[in-house]
Amino acid sequence: MSQLNSSSSEMDLDRPNIEEYLPPDSIKESNEKLRLRDLLDVSPALTEAAGAIIDDSFTRCFKSNPPERWNWNIYLFPLWCFGVVIRYGILFPLRVMVLIIGWIIFLSSFFSVQFLLKGHDKWKKKIERYLVELMCSFFVASWTGVVKYHGPRPSMRPKQVFVANHTSMIDFIILEQMTPFAVIMQKHPGWVGLLQSTVLESVGCIWFNRSEAKDREIVARKLREHVQGVDNNPVLIFPEGTCVNNHYTVMFKKGAFELGCTVCPIAIKYNKIFVDAFWNSRKQSFTKHLLRLMTSWAVVCDVWYLEPQNQRPGETSIEFAERVREIISVRAGLKMVPWDGYLKYSRPGPKHTERKQQIFAESVLKRLEEK
Amino acid sequence: MGSTYSMLTQYDIEEVQEYCNNLFSQQEIVSLYERFCQLDRNSKGFISSDEILSVPEFAMNPLSHRLLKMVDGLNFKDFVAFLSAFSSKANIRQKIELIFKVYDLDGNGKVTFSDVLEVLRDLTGSFMSEEQREEVLSHLLKEAGYAKTSSLLLDDFIKILDYPCLRMEVEIPVD
Repeated sequence: MSQLNSSSSEMDLDRPNIEEYLPPDSIKESNEKLRLRDLLDVSPALTEAAGAIIDDSFTRCFKSNPPERWNWNIYLFPLWCFGVVIRYGILFPLRVMVLIIGWIIFLSSFFSVQFLLKGHDKWKKKIERYLVELMCSFFVASWTGVVKYHGPRPSMRPKQVFVANHTSMIDFIILEQMTPFAVIMQKHPGWVGLLQSTVLESVGCIWFNRSEAKDREIVARKLREHVQGVDNNPVLIFPEGTCVNNHYTVMFKKGAFELGCTVCPIAIKYNKIFVDAFWNSRKQSFTKHLLRLMTSWAVVCDVWYLEPQNQRPGETSIEFAERVREIISVRAGLKMVPWDGYLKYSRPGPKHTERKQQIFAESVLKRLEEK
Repeated sequence: MGSTYSMLTQYDIEEVQEYCNNLFSQQEIVSLYERFCQLDRNSKGFISSDEILSVPEFAMNPLSHRLLKMVDGLNFKDFVAFLSAFSSKANIRQKIELIFKVYDLDGNGKVTFSDVLEVLRDLTGSFMSEEQREEVLSHLLKEAGYAKTSSLLLDDFIKILDYPCLRMEVEIPVD
């Protein structure tokens, strides 16, 4: 992910005006006659640039904040060492075994169902759903997940989509063990991708590829078709489009909000007491991330199923998306930032630079008139 | 892993502080180091253009290309030295020196008419024509008593830009 290419202007249309969130431009509003120093004084632009170099709200969203070290003195350190021995020596092998048993049960049942129930689609689907839920429970057990679910369980009704904030791919597993969702996910390489193409297709998951521009239309169409179907699993979308560190939320993409369906928000908040569940995809692969979870004491989190929301008359999809984002952020105690998550992979479009250029040029020309 | 970084020793901090003429406090230098390590993703010891451009607020700045040339490849000491002009303790001369360096990218101590035009082009983009830019600049230079063909030196910049409204300060967030 070291190649950053400049984004298409499409991305800029997706979101509300960033200028409303950024600190006001320090371009001096003045009606005085233009002097040489006004032209040469680039200090406002420099100050903004330096401010961005020193701290910026976008990078903060993807920073893994390590927990406070507690093993720093003479009796705590041996305790911690003892804990490490237990975690790596006892818990980890136990968990690996649980996972292997789970995989064996799952794969054998899943593929036998594929063959045996070839004609009986309805039964096949039911059993497959149950098996996927079971496998997810095995996964959650393999990191000793302590998950508290709040609120009414999702119901299987047509014309509804579920949206949740995104911290790691395990979000999907945690939610899936309760309800068989059809999730929209980025197609991954490796063993994850293999799983995606075989198993998860059966629950109706839809794949997309971030780097392909045309992909959006195809995915939007597939989504619309899926939502209309009565017997399909409810759709789960992570509108942020990327993993965020569970302290902030980035802007929601409006795709999920313009399907004409009820949107049911889900808020997920991880407790970092034993491990930080944020998957920093720039720093580690998913396998390493899973291993880290499996060698920690437990993964603790809260899941809130919130009140379903409908688009209000006169509300645009973007406003709707922001309203739902606020509901989720407030419930999970996350701060909202006005950035598009995809800026992780590409640079901002020229629109914002042009806006600043326009403001400066117009002020110069206006003051030139003043004699 | 996240933001684990090798700790700065007291000696390191003092060395950096001296290098930036004591314009930052020791706490600010520690914060800046944390930030530097965050930007320097593969811990090379210096920051590259790609890493700085991954900050969208910076990439959106009209002067980002010019500044990139000044910041690309900086190690931590030089990074702090670069930012020291933005400290509240920096005097106006130090700030104007940085502004001069932005114009005088080739470092020959002279800022020509075309150098200023280049910066103006970055700042106004397509919202002013090249003729308009040249006209405004020539007019203002003449008014201030400079010929179009003469180059501006640092002392000229100080004379032109030294006025009380010049604000160029950034606060370093300290935990």
